[in-house]
Amino acid sequence: MRTTIRGPRRRAVALAAAAALGAALLGGCAEDSDTPAARDSSGAAAKKTTLTVGVFGVFGYKQAGLYDAYMKLHPDITIKETSIERNENYYPQLLTHLSTGSGLADVQAVEVNNIAEVTATQAGKLVDLSKAPGVRKADFIPWKWAQATNASGKTVGLGTDIGPMAICYRKDLFAKAGLPTDRDAVAKLWAGGWGKYLDVGERFKDKAPAGTSFVDSASGVYNAVISSSAERYYDRDGKLVYKDSPSVRQAWDAAMRAATGKLTARLQQFQKSWDQAYANGRFATVSCPPWMLGYIKEKSGDQGRDKWDVAAAPKPGNWGGSFLAVPEAGRHKSEAVKLAAWLTAPEQQAKLFTKQASFPSARAAYGLPAVSGAKHPYFGDAPIGKIFAAAAEGIPDQVLGPKDLTVNQNITDVGVLQVDQQGKTPEQGWRAAVESIDNALDQ
Amino acid sequence: MHGRTPPSPESPAAVRARERRSRRYRRDLRWSPYLYIAPFFLFFAAFGLFPLLYTGWAALHRVELTAPTDMEWAGLRNFTRLLGDDFFWNALGNTFVIGVLSTVPQLLMALGLAHLLNYRLRGSMFFRVALLTPYATSVAAATLVFVLLFGRDYGLVNWLLSTVGADGVDWENGSWSAKLAVSTIVVWRWTGYNALIYLAAMQAIPHDLYESAALDGASRWQQFRYVTVPSLRPTILFTCVVSTIGATQLFGEPLLFSGSAGASGGADHQYQTLGLYLYEQGWVNLHLGRASAIAWTMFLILLVIAAVNALIARRLRTSQ
Repeated sequence: MRTTIRGPRRRAVALAAAAALGAALLGGCAEDSDTPAARDSSGAAAKKTTLTVGVFGVFGYKQAGLYDAYMKLHPDITIKETSIERNENYYPQLLTHLSTGSGLADVQAVEVNNIAEVTATQAGKLVDLSKAPGVRKADFIPWKWAQATNASGKTVGLGTDIGPMAICYRKDLFAKAGLPTDRDAVAKLWAGGWGKYLDVGERFKDKAPAGTSFVDSASGVYNAVISSSAERYYDRDGKLVYKDSPSVRQAWDAAMRAATGKLTARLQQFQKSWDQAYANGRFATVSCPPWMLGYIKEKSGDQGRDKWDVAAAPKPGNWGGSFLAVPEAGRHKSEAVKLAAWLTAPEQQAKLFTKQASFPSARAAYGLPAVSGAKHPYFGDAPIGKIFAAAAEGIPDQVLGPKDLTVNQNITDVGVLQVDQQGKTPEQGWRAAVESIDNALDQ
Repeated sequence: MHGRTPPSPESPAAVRARERRSRRYRRDLRWSPYLYIAPFFLFFAAFGLFPLLYTGWAALHRVELTAPTDMEWAGLRNFTRLLGDDFFWNALGNTFVIGVLSTVPQLLMALGLAHLLNYRLRGSMFFRVALLTPYATSVAAATLVFVLLFGRDYGLVNWLLSTVGADGVDWENGSWSAKLAVSTIVVWRWTGYNALIYLAAMQAIPHDLYESAALDGASRWQQFRYVTVPSLRPTILFTCVVSTIGATQLFGEPLLFSGSAGASGGADHQYQTLGLYLYEQGWVNLHLGRASAIAWTMFLILLVIAAVNALIARRLRTSQ
């Protein structure tokens, strides 16, 4: 009999506790959403809008103080950034969020390797930014603008940075191999073509200091060459033509010449051993977009100071760069559009270059002293602003396709790598790459 | 109705109240347990059952991550194509080889370690905690360290080899060396965990058995062979099953072993496991349908393993 009474009573107490807790939680929620409105009516403080920015890796907006500056200009806005370290984790998540229309940030970054796919398949879920207030098409490098614009003229992303390529080289290793070390003389050595770059490599190899190689990896050579050609994996009609593309053939042959000619240190970029080779000065050259400078400085450390320099590449190409897009499902679309436009305006891009070495995709920024006068002390005061601006002007108008990343990754990480690291023949490597790509593209 | 008179006169209202109370009590007794376990089943339905069924549904369709809601019926196409998919068979083979290379030495070493720890020794608590440390380490941290150890140019393993005059091995690029290196990480992480399970089971073995065995003149090794191992049989079977399931789902170690190279599992896919291939199809190549088919195939493989295990277990029971 006791239990029959105590049971329900105990339960009643528990229920009451749960109800109280629930009420408290609900109250908390209500309070949260009520307060700004309440303040609004009293006029004490303006309503605060929180804008979220979703990026991958380090975009540098926070570090360069751009968010703070924007919040100072717009006291009613708070900006929160969420970052996922790697784009290969960020991008699939962005796609799922776009398809469900939930979990999206107000402003979302898109990497250049994904922009063609996003423009082709997600345009309906993104805001057209071409006519956004404060956006001037003329500010941007034309091909950058075109990459995020679909056939019907809708621009789904505003260009942030681009990656015009130069070549970073070790002056000390060049000197020991009897090559010139002055950046203009070095640029002249290989000016005009990647064949000449590899010629220099062979000269380097003949007298190279023990344990050093001319270039870090054959994949690096492949990427440099393919990035300086206009048509790569797709033709202008959007057909996948990588198997017969002359520029793929040219890049592949250059990479094979480097691999089979023992010009490479047989490394893979962005792996631990690559970092260690930087620290130990094991290779003499690496293709070098502006964002790579910081990487080299960090990995080569103090003993690399004044040993590295920057020279113009044989042919200008582009490696990397991103876009900012605004999802239709965002909660504060018009504020997000304004923020994206402001962050990608020439002045802000120039500031980002000074702080983060992200090179502006806004051509209008190249004339600003922050860019044109930029020098890099770690690289022997190289005039990086001038070198990269010149490279940027020479980058060909690249045709991108939705599956560029897949094709490129399989060529470098399967095909080139098999030859460079596993000692297979170029024919075997090419066949393996094609097999891998066919499997990857087959739905 | 019952033909019985109530033991004492009560007012009808009191009777109704009592009946209501007892009805409520009976209902409480009957339904409350379900309510208490409901959270588990709700969560299981939402995060276990639903994804499983939805994956099965997606496996029968052509679906891309760029438009996950556009599903085009494909029947069993995603499954039948796996039969002719070299990359799938390669991944299956790799999973099997790495599984054997890691599970067998792991369990043998665990058994030996547990036997040693079962002796009375000083600081046994310290050793037990030490055994569990690798298990408590995150896969990511452990694998990154092993990547450095197995480095081609600056790796510690190759340096040790060079001190005895052997040539350095390009661990990642060799077919067997890569599998061996990945297995090493698995062995390192899980040996201690299994050893503790064995140890727990060993301590449940009555001490009299050892004493009488010792009286009969059995050596330590004979005691291990004829007392410990037979008593541990169900435990050994359990660890075998758990390790096999773990090996079939192996993912983190090979993924991180390739550094930034992603899910390809090496230039020649030499250490691409089923888990990695599934990830590559779904999240790199964005083919959700194909990835789902691989996931369900893995699930079926695990069911087969479970069935084989049940068979062996029954055999063992009848033979005893």
